[in-house]
Amino acid sequence: MALLQIAEPGQSEAPHQHKLAVGIDLGTTNSLVASVKSGEAVTIPDIDGQHLLPSVVRYMPCGNHLVGAEARTYAASDPDNTIISVKRLMGRGVSDLKTLGDEAPYQFDINDGGMPYIKTAAGNKSPVQVSADILKTLVARAEEALGGELTGAVITVPAYFDDAQRQATKDAATLANIKVLRLLNEPTAAAVAYGLDQGKEGIIAVYDLGGGTFDISILRLNKGVFEVLSTGGDSALGGDDLDLALAEWIAQQLGVDIDGNSVSRYLMEKSKQAKEVLSGADEATIDLEIKGHKQSITVSRAQFDELVSPLVKRTIRACRRALKDASVEAEDVLEVVMVGGSTRVPLVREEVKQFFAREPHIKIDPDCVVAVGASIQADVLAGNKPDSGMLLLDVIPLSLGIETMGGLTEKIIHRNTSIPVARAQEFTTYQDGQTAMAIHVVQGERELVSDCRSLARFVLRGIPPMAAGAAKIRVTYQVDADGLLGVHAKELTSGVESSIQVKPSYGLGDVEIAEMLKASYLNAAEDKDVRALREQQVDADRLIVSLQDALVADGKQLLSADEYAALESEIEKLIELRNGSDLIAIERGVAALSKASDEYASRRMDHSIQKALQGHSIDELGESE
Amino acid sequence: MMDITKNFFEFIGLPVSYTVDQSALADRSRELQKTLHPDRYAHLSDREQRMAVQYMSFLNEGIATLRSPLLRAQYLLSLRGIDTESESSTAVDPMFLMQQMELRERLEEIPELEDPYTELDALQVEVQGMLKALREQFAQNYQDEALSVATESVRKMQFLEKLVVEIERLEDRLDG
Repeated sequence: MALLQIAEPGQSEAPHQHKLAVGIDLGTTNSLVASVKSGEAVTIPDIDGQHLLPSVVRYMPCGNHLVGAEARTYAASDPDNTIISVKRLMGRGVSDLKTLGDEAPYQFDINDGGMPYIKTAAGNKSPVQVSADILKTLVARAEEALGGELTGAVITVPAYFDDAQRQATKDAATLANIKVLRLLNEPTAAAVAYGLDQGKEGIIAVYDLGGGTFDISILRLNKGVFEVLSTGGDSALGGDDLDLALAEWIAQQLGVDIDGNSVSRYLMEKSKQAKEVLSGADEATIDLEIKGHKQSITVSRAQFDELVSPLVKRTIRACRRALKDASVEAEDVLEVVMVGGSTRVPLVREEVKQFFAREPHIKIDPDCVVAVGASIQADVLAGNKPDSGMLLLDVIPLSLGIETMGGLTEKIIHRNTSIPVARAQEFTTYQDGQTAMAIHVVQGERELVSDCRSLARFVLRGIPPMAAGAAKIRVTYQVDADGLLGVHAKELTSGVESSIQVKPSYGLGDVEIAEMLKASYLNAAEDKDVRALREQQVDADRLIVSLQDALVADGKQLLSADEYAALESEIEKLIELRNGSDLIAIERGVAALSKASDEYASRRMDHSIQKALQGHSIDELGESE
Repeated sequence: MMDITKNFFEFIGLPVSYTVDQSALADRSRELQKTLHPDRYAHLSDREQRMAVQYMSFLNEGIATLRSPLLRAQYLLSLRGIDTESESSTAVDPMFLMQQMELRERLEEIPELEDPYTELDALQVEVQGMLKALREQFAQNYQDEALSVATESVRKMQFLEKLVVEIERLEDRLDG
């Protein structure tokens, strides 16, 4: 069929070409990028063969910056300009910074919106920008290794991330110029990496001992749907604490003073190495050179276990609480998945195994498992696996509500509701002649607004003056598949309306993001017009290819001969436009073809609904794969 | 763009009735979610993705409505042009209101009790019993087309559901 000839030589993608998509684990301590290559999901190393990218960015007076291991070497000597653990600041306001304690030693510049900017030698940086710089490094690495431009990425976030934190993560991706295929919960990604979504139904525990934090998530898998039942953990307990326990012991044995910064860093590094050795051996010998004095000390596995046992016990207590919150017993847990480098420690595995009374999954490298799972979903979402039965249905982790009289929360969408979802509720005015209504959007389970997280405020103006209680204001909450919220308010008697895409009170505004993007284009010296044209062509291609596929699949069945021919000729028109270079004409062409095929798209949707309702035969085929 | 003229029951493929087979609802919902989820359309054009989000949102709201006994009852009445959610309510039986005030007083006194949990449980059981009776009444009246009586049952359910929320909140505070 001549219609398929839409690729420009050497330029645009041919239809059904394998799309390059990646999974990104944007971690507190380290970040990773993974992709499905020749059917296998693997993490992508940098040119030095390193898979883990330390989540550290150093900003320099010249305006340049370093990301990763090199930046990390400056963490001690240049702490103000070397940003570590920026994930803890994502979606957080100035008022939250105090709760982070000594975690964030930077100088902050407080802007009007209450969003903290970090003062660096290269100017003020928002946490979103810092994260974007990490993402850009990962994307560059992936594009280099995969040999092409990425279609998009699945980025993972902790299950407990609220709307503000998710939005901030998505903004970072926008700023790094990455199309986000989906934000995915980290524990869900780990379960996907092990293929648990294909298997049995039941309770899954994901035990994640990272460098600086410990997270435990209890999920329920039911017919391919992962539901987060509870999350828990300890944000001040991580693998680094195991190293510290050993370092303190060594210092005590040798009579060295650990307070000196460089000595303690040195001992920590040595302890980390010893910890890794002890994961495979019964003892480790540590050779030290402190102030020119060479020493050697041997630590046995038993000795190490004794040192870290109190810490491991603390994680088990958090597991017990998480199970209680989820109202399940340890023996109800069907599968246990291990995430994070420190889960290699034999004592950790042993304690987890004993507590849950089953062998935890450890086959996949615990540092990589989240990124690997994300890449598997990215591959499916990019359209590389049209026959895949995989579908991850997500729920919102925290209820979304609205402030009502007296500072109370009224929930509009309850936690654990499947997303995407929309729900409307009606409110009224409480004063005669009231012409405006303030809408305060909050997230959380608590009764008082002050105990919940404030997401956004906006005002519906222009309500015609009426008696109190006569106005009818319909407030609609719409949550998309990434768990992000949009709010719309409309006064029904007059038709006055107002809406916002909820931007966290301390996030970046759309305008700010657009400006930063514009600036980055200028820096990259890329011709904006060329880029715009290419994006418009990609849009056109997507529409053309999906319509052509649709026509082959069911065009004859759902369209009359006349309709079919008309649509074909419309497609031809867009192909012609698309091969030209008139940006506006292509844009109009896309709109015209969309409009011409709207009716067909609706019929297809209705047709698939009918098929879904008729029986399970189609799906059973999918699942038996 | 989306033209969904079907009501939630028709959309999900169940008879329009207060009695809903919850396991059939779960099965059908799952099939439809698998068909309509935006992830299925992530590689297609924006239009397909937008449509999927709209359909899926409609579906998920439908599922939430048919699952909840109160939302389901309110929805059935709304299909008949009766709005139970607006504040301008018709008078509710004064006896019922008296009973509500007594229940609320009992709730308020619970934190002062030596063993608050026993009374909390007792109140919980009592309120759930009343709700169950109201649901049965509604089912019968709705089936008999006695819509004004059915509407009154829904208003009573609304009072009691609010009380349930308050009981749960108190429980959270006591656990607190």
